[in-house]
Amino acid sequence: MPPVRIKERAKAKKGTMKRLLKMLFKHYPWHLIVSLICLILNVITNLSSSIFVSLAVNALTAAGVQGTNPFIEKFEVSSTFGFVIETNVTYLVIVLACIYVVGIFAIWWWNRTMAIVTQKFLNTLRKEMFNHMQDLPIKYFDTHAHGAIMSLYTNDIDTIRQFISQALPSLVQTGLISLLVFIVMLSASVWMTLVVVVGLIVMTIVVKKIGGKSSKFFIKQQEALGRVEGNIEESIKGLKVIKVFSHEEKSSEDFDALNNELKDYATTANIHGNIMMPINGNIGNFLYILCGLMGAFIYIFGWRNLSLTGFEVIKGDTARFAGMISLFLMQSRMFANNVNQFSQQIIFIVMGMAGASRCLDLLDEKPEVDNGYVYLCNVKEKEDGTLEETEERTRKFAWKHQHGDGTLEYVPLKGHIVLDHVDFSYDGKKLVLEDVSIYAKPGQKIAFVGATGAGKTTITNLINRFYDIADGKIRYDGININKIKKADLRRSLGIVLQDTNLFTGTVMDNIRYGRLDATDEECIEAAKIANAHDFITRLPDGYNTMLSGDGGNLSQGQRQLLSIARAAVADAPVMILDEATSSIDTRTEKLVQQGTDKLMEGRTVFVIAHRLSTVQNSKAIMVLDHGHIIERGNHDDLIKQKGMYYNLYTGAFELE
Amino acid sequence: MWQNIKLILKSVRQYKKPALITPLFMIGEAAAECIMPFIMGIFVDEIKLLNTPDNFFHTDGGIPVFYIALILLGLAIFSLICGIMGGKYASIASVGLAANLRSDLYKKLTSFSFENIDKFSTSSLVTRMTTDINNVQMAFQMMIRIVIRAPLMLIFSAVMTFVGGGPMGFVFVALVPIVSFGLFLIVKHAMKVFTRVFKRYDALNQSVQENVSGIRVVKSYVREDFEKDKFDNASDGLAKEFILGEKIVALNGPLLNTAIHLSNIIIIAAGCCLIYTTGTWTWSDASHTTGDWIGGILTLGQLSALITYGIQILMSLMMISMIAVMLTLSLEAIKRIGEVLKEEPTIKDCENPLYDVPDGSVKFDKVYFKYKSEAEKYTLENINIDIKSGQFIGILGSTGSGKTSVINLISRLYEVTEGELLVGGHDVKEYDLATLRNNVSVVLQKNVLFSGTIASNLQWGDINASEEEMMKACKIAQAEEIVNAKPEGLQSRVEQGGANFSGGQKQRLCIARAIMKKPKILILDDSTSAVDTKTDRLIRRGLKEDLPEMTKIVIAQRISSIEDADQIIILDDGKINAIGTHEELLKSNKIYQEVYYTQNKVGGDK
Repeated sequence: MPPVRIKERAKAKKGTMKRLLKMLFKHYPWHLIVSLICLILNVITNLSSSIFVSLAVNALTAAGVQGTNPFIEKFEVSSTFGFVIETNVTYLVIVLACIYVVGIFAIWWWNRTMAIVTQKFLNTLRKEMFNHMQDLPIKYFDTHAHGAIMSLYTNDIDTIRQFISQALPSLVQTGLISLLVFIVMLSASVWMTLVVVVGLIVMTIVVKKIGGKSSKFFIKQQEALGRVEGNIEESIKGLKVIKVFSHEEKSSEDFDALNNELKDYATTANIHGNIMMPINGNIGNFLYILCGLMGAFIYIFGWRNLSLTGFEVIKGDTARFAGMISLFLMQSRMFANNVNQFSQQIIFIVMGMAGASRCLDLLDEKPEVDNGYVYLCNVKEKEDGTLEETEERTRKFAWKHQHGDGTLEYVPLKGHIVLDHVDFSYDGKKLVLEDVSIYAKPGQKIAFVGATGAGKTTITNLINRFYDIADGKIRYDGININKIKKADLRRSLGIVLQDTNLFTGTVMDNIRYGRLDATDEECIEAAKIANAHDFITRLPDGYNTMLSGDGGNLSQGQRQLLSIARAAVADAPVMILDEATSSIDTRTEKLVQQGTDKLMEGRTVFVIAHRLSTVQNSKAIMVLDHGHIIERGNHDDLIKQKGMYYNLYTGAFELE
Repeated sequence: MWQNIKLILKSVRQYKKPALITPLFMIGEAAAECIMPFIMGIFVDEIKLLNTPDNFFHTDGGIPVFYIALILLGLAIFSLICGIMGGKYASIASVGLAANLRSDLYKKLTSFSFENIDKFSTSSLVTRMTTDINNVQMAFQMMIRIVIRAPLMLIFSAVMTFVGGGPMGFVFVALVPIVSFGLFLIVKHAMKVFTRVFKRYDALNQSVQENVSGIRVVKSYVREDFEKDKFDNASDGLAKEFILGEKIVALNGPLLNTAIHLSNIIIIAAGCCLIYTTGTWTWSDASHTTGDWIGGILTLGQLSALITYGIQILMSLMMISMIAVMLTLSLEAIKRIGEVLKEEPTIKDCENPLYDVPDGSVKFDKVYFKYKSEAEKYTLENINIDIKSGQFIGILGSTGSGKTSVINLISRLYEVTEGELLVGGHDVKEYDLATLRNNVSVVLQKNVLFSGTIASNLQWGDINASEEEMMKACKIAQAEEIVNAKPEGLQSRVEQGGANFSGGQKQRLCIARAIMKKPKILILDDSTSAVDTKTDRLIRRGLKEDLPEMTKIVIAQRISSIEDADQIIILDDGKINAIGTHEELLKSNKIYQEVYYTQNKVGGDK
């Protein structure tokens, strides 16, 4: 097997954010635009709260100055924006109420839309990833740790969810609010705004400093966590060994050492995360006090106030000053709060981008290419002996070969497989198979024997084109397999593997996996061939028993029998049995053997087995060593040769 | 549930102090944060009354602006310190609790008998010790930081609204229950949907898992499109449920905003009304340029402060609802951890145990055994075996015949259900467990090496072993060549699970490790299955010649491994089918003959 990549991308690739947003926008342009409008409305609503409060304060002050009723008579109220509006408190309240109604609908609609968009997008992404993954070559699965692939669908999708539903809106909202608040503040006083800007710079530095340290310790914490988890896994798997050796205390000590190391890093990382909020929050408070004092200075010392509307002295204009100061102080708090809230989201952005980057990597993998043009079809024999394509299930197949010159040929499917001087390498450097030639006539049983890594499974991987050969030729009924449509090639090969992968569903579903249009009767018939019928009928719900967790509720032998039944239903002319009976004891194997023997009748069969008893009756046995066929012949021939096979058979060598 | 929570809180131990201090700091922070808007209100009011620079330091009535600023500064610093300290101690306490929990769980696991271990699957135990503990850590931290802080903020803010706003406080008294009820409804409904969502999520992940590991089957049977359809349907179903749940949660924002906005409107309208009706406009200077509404129930500054309190009150409500969700979700983790902590080891030392195993004799006297007390059928029935010290015993039988069960009883890995089992003349229950297991060394079927070095693995048998002793054990177990082939010898690295050694090498090293204990009884449970027959023979010869006193009990699939045993025990379906020597059994026993002839069809083994 090619080497498995252990380390996955930890940092986001450049341009991930852009690509993700593009995808998001492509799928849901209107949703997003409407959301953005709702968001803007919501921000405006929130801002208007403080503006209207200051307007009300101004109105009341004006009423005091003029000695009139602020609810009935209109006043000229100078807004902080400089212009003067004629209004009274009643008006203000009514207008504010209207704004609020709009605001409430806006926030409802935007929360809802973002939730829907997030979930729909994740659904699309998930499906796209899965569909793409199904089309990837086996090489992808052989070279990536399965845990890492799984984590794409769980952890990484979840980080994207957090990014889209929390961090992204927070980013946009903070940006919007900051911009608006900034304008409002500038319009009140440039000097005071400067104070806030200085405060903002300080906050950014703090976020960077503490955030940077925090992420440094976070990484250390993750590494320590990895070591602890490794130890946990090892200890739990070896728990019985620990007990047998009374090694409990020593193991606990070792674990505690790692655990303490994790505790130290985790505490530091956690503290850094926790103190960010109070520090930034209180910088906000300091700003508030500074702004208040600044305002006071401007007022009492009669400094000229610079604002968007002018450069003037406001000393004496009580109403104007009162409005300005209460508005400004509220805004500065809001500003600080926003920045603080945003700083909490930074980690989600970083994590989301890293997760998205890994998901996009999957989507960028090149799918399996298939340039085959020879198809498998059902045929029946016409009276003149020639073949004709038909819709009905004749159990007779032929390769439909469209030649380059336009002639159409039907080649009957027999199961004649030839490997002609085949070389193969997983990485393009080291040859795993060298000059391998095999001739399997229809109905023959060919066995492969050899140590792990000798190349037995590799040969079967080449026949069904999980991998493509480097040099040489493989012919199936005389046709180069590269010309055959992959799906049709694989449909013509039945495979039983050592790892019996079953799927969640009933026993019947699992058998039917071999051929989806098989009737219940056909499935039961297949189970009988595989000697699986007896144990299935003894299951609580018979053929309708639900299997879950890869058939965890069945014994290894029973699962093996089911996968043989699955192959029997598929009814393919060529069978590949790859260590199909390896982990079963000798007595149970007999039962399985009877099943496979029945299945093998009249088919071309390739058998890989650890136990030599399984392969003894083969037409030809190939002994493989380091990618070469070093001995070939039937059992008696090979015993006579007194070579590797003889040594294996007599148990003089380890098969590892 | 409370029982589980109590059980987990027991692990707080040395972190009780930080765990208790944290809420104190949080109270301080909450108090400062609540008082601040109140002072800020006064601050704003006083600034507005400023006339001359002198006013800055002293005024006729009220507190001068400068001092108010100082008070505010003091409060901010106080809040900052409380916040930092609270954050610090919360981390120490919660991370500490998690570390203690992990350590406790680990110790608990190692105290388990095999029966306990069998109850939990490996992956579930790993999840409990990692993800679940993380969830508890987060929930605990939230608890001591926010669960106390949020209600406090609520109460403080409510009090301050009355202090600063008089009757205006009733606005919140009326709003809070309504909002709480609304939040409660949302959380309740959302939780119901999300429990369903999580189940679907698990099913979806299961399907991905099946596809990733079964991709060869999928591709061999050309089922890519079939699987895609299946996945698309499952994923669509999940998304639909998820959206349903999220739509309910999306009501949170509007609910809170309605409450905040409503309180704002009431405060502005009623507040203005109060200021106008109860207060009088007073000129603060002779020239009648500045003035304020004073003497009323509410001042202009208080009006602004009230709005701040309103937001604080409703935000703390929001926090409380969020925490409610988090805590509910962590209950599952707490339950799962509690399950392990509550599990009592089924095998314990007796009082006044024996610390010495006199010899290596073993006697099964009418022993019955079943794994689960509720099982009808016994796994072992009426087992009578008499093994003398120093004998070589072979056990043969098909899968499920009870071979492993028999030997597991000897070192008391499981408890005999009925009958008596004597080791060295005493019932196994009378021994100190460590003593018994140090004298009965078992090489398990699924044996593993641990990450470290070859030496560190061998030292499991004897912590003070010298290099010569280790090499001697390796020599007996035919593992000498493995050690010598490595440049670093005994100090060569062993990767997790011994992944850098082949099956046969691992088996030989495991045998060496077991010999290191110098046990009175050595049990090999199919421990040479991956070793070739020649080496197998050499190991047996080594054991016989170098450790003649030791009783050797060997389970094997290959007849050749046990044919020269003093007694061969044939097990069939949990009962003893026959006991005898190779010659005797070959003559009289059908099972033995059957196995012998399948393995020696051509006679190659001879």
